[in-house]
Amino acid sequence: MKVDSPRFELHDADSGEPAILELSGDWVQGQTLPRFAMLRPQLTDTRATQLSLDTDNLGEWDSRLMAFLLQCRNCCDQQDIKFDASALPDSAQRLLHIATTVPRHQRQGEPPRHWWQIGNPLALLRKTGRNVVQSVAFFGAVCIALGRLLGGRANTRFVDFWHFCYQTGPNAFAIISLTSLLVGMILAYLGAAQLQQFGAEIYVADLVVIGVLREMGVLMTAVVIAGRTGAAYAAQLGTMQANEEIDAIITMGISPIEFLVTPRILALLVMMPLLTIYANLLGILGGALVSAGMGISMLQYAGHASDAVSLTHIGIGLTKSVVFGALIAIAGCRAGIQSGRDSAAVGQAATQAVVTSLIYLIVADAAINILCQQLDI
Amino acid sequence: MTDDTAVDIEVRDLTMAFGANVVQRDLNFDIKRGDIFVIIGGSGCGKSTLLKHMLGLIEPARGEILYRGESFTRATNAERDVMRRRWGITYQSGGLFGAMTLAQNISLPLQLYTDYTAAEIRDVVDYKLSLVGLGGFEGYFPAEISGGMEKRAALARAIALDPDILFFDEPSAGLDPISSRLLDELIAQLKESIGATVVMVSHELASIFEIATNSVYLDADSHTMLDYGDPRMLRDHSEQPIVRQFLSRSTEHQEEPANE
Ligand SMILES: Nc1ncnc2c1ncn2[C@@H]1O[C@H](COP(=O)(O)OP(=O)(O)O)[C@@H](O)[C@H]1O
Ligand SMILES: [Mg+2]
Repeated sequence: MKVDSPRFELHDADSGEPAILELSGDWVQGQTLPRFAMLRPQLTDTRATQLSLDTDNLGEWDSRLMAFLLQCRNCCDQQDIKFDASALPDSAQRLLHIATTVPRHQRQGEPPRHWWQIGNPLALLRKTGRNVVQSVAFFGAVCIALGRLLGGRANTRFVDFWHFCYQTGPNAFAIISLTSLLVGMILAYLGAAQLQQFGAEIYVADLVVIGVLREMGVLMTAVVIAGRTGAAYAAQLGTMQANEEIDAIITMGISPIEFLVTPRILALLVMMPLLTIYANLLGILGGALVSAGMGISMLQYAGHASDAVSLTHIGIGLTKSVVFGALIAIAGCRAGIQSGRDSAAVGQAATQAVVTSLIYLIVADAAINILCQQLDI
Repeated sequence: MTDDTAVDIEVRDLTMAFGANVVQRDLNFDIKRGDIFVIIGGSGCGKSTLLKHMLGLIEPARGEILYRGESFTRATNAERDVMRRRWGITYQSGGLFGAMTLAQNISLPLQLYTDYTAAEIRDVVDYKLSLVGLGGFEGYFPAEISGGMEKRAALARAIALDPDILFFDEPSAGLDPISSRLLDELIAQLKESIGATVVMVSHELASIFEIATNSVYLDADSHTMLDYGDPRMLRDHSEQPIVRQFLSRSTEHQEEPANE
């Protein structure tokens, strides 16, 4: 079948007479089609009050002819030109009719944002301020829910609590083992290299024990849990938001904070210290492995290590673990509960949960360390 | 151009099962070119499952489905993709991509399967949205429009490539009676104008009698098809009392629109 190249031609006429738009050729895939933009200036110039079509030489056509005709029709309406489609094939006439029955929607609301508005420091400041206010409000709501739990009046299911404990704790053993063992080894290498210069390698044990107990054990555990559990919390709650499950909980008269957030927070409050103790043990073991490789016997290492261990160090580490656990759970749950309702928003919530928890962790860690410094502990 | 005798889809001895749970067995029917074919049956009888078999999303336990004389069941994935290119599909829960605007949703198949330029794609997208009454909504995300508009947007995406066969799973479910009626009319009009075959699952008896030209009734208890034919015929003359009952009882408490 021979395919003719698609064309149009406007035969203008004086006012009173209809202008004729001649369409010819095959308007199908593989052809370069004329653009409506070429016809528009001619239409705006014409003084004719009616536009008729001549389709005698029109061959095959697809949606692009219809798109062309629709633009043509809309342009005629704007110019108060009567558009006479009667020369079109029946199906094209019907399609054009369907496409023009509903008037076009005019978008209202916010004007488009420009790049300079995105970086606007005032707007950023306002957004951050709003965020802080919301965080504080969420924290307050959580405190109230925990208070009600202590008073025995909360709608919190303990089945959920055990379930989350299991997810957070035992399921994370493998990855916590790996990271904390390696962190212990890294600390030992780092310390040994410096201490060797003074012939004081034996103090590697002190360095590893204090470093792991006070700082690295709990911090690495928290980072792992933020990525693992915090993000999971946000994704779970975000999906529930998208499925209108949270709406269902609210309309049943149950507080979503008590029902969804409390068990998750409690699970992290319980599991974080336990995981931290485990991570501390493995970190010290990692240090011992490296020391053994440097000619310090296990016995020497153990002797120095047991001298260095003190309840203060352990206590500081565990305090941090409780604080970090609460912060991770709050960041994750808040991101999830305030998530949008589509699949992309759930992904954003998970990202936001991890980013926020990491910021919380670093800030809280610094604050606690400064406090300890000031109090001489 | 539509040939009245041509058959688009043939279902042969189809048995559908999930493990040991047989949903339907021994289904046999044809869908002719230009039909509006409706799959009817009570909830849970396997209507969506049948549609998913036709789309190749689930493999049959036994039997075969043919498209225009060629086996779809035995086709390779590449051959199936070629057949599917001529189909337009909407899903029971929409299936629009939430992270994309309506315009992006509709231009995706155009970008993948046509040689249209970017400007042509923009024009065609605008035309398809106007067809479903959503002209001017290009920049909206699915979450920003109502349920009925989402259904229509999904329809616009389904007809983006001017398909030969349209599959709809409950296109009007969850809409108010007027919107659902308008949507059914739109489907019928579009079908008439682009000359496609329509296969749909529907509960709306009013619209079934209005637009359907053929149908199959699936029974949940006997796990097979009870009858097959024009739904108005089945309502009045089916040999199966269950089918007559299903089709007429529901019309009783659904007010017949102004016949007087
Ligand atoms: N993915 C699946 N796995 C197992 N069983 C399923 C699955 N999908 C549907 N079913 C079963 O198949 C039957 C038919 O379901 P469906 O086709 O969704 O019914 P409907 O006619 O309401 O659309 C139901 O009994 C359902 O339990
Ligand atoms: Mg279904």
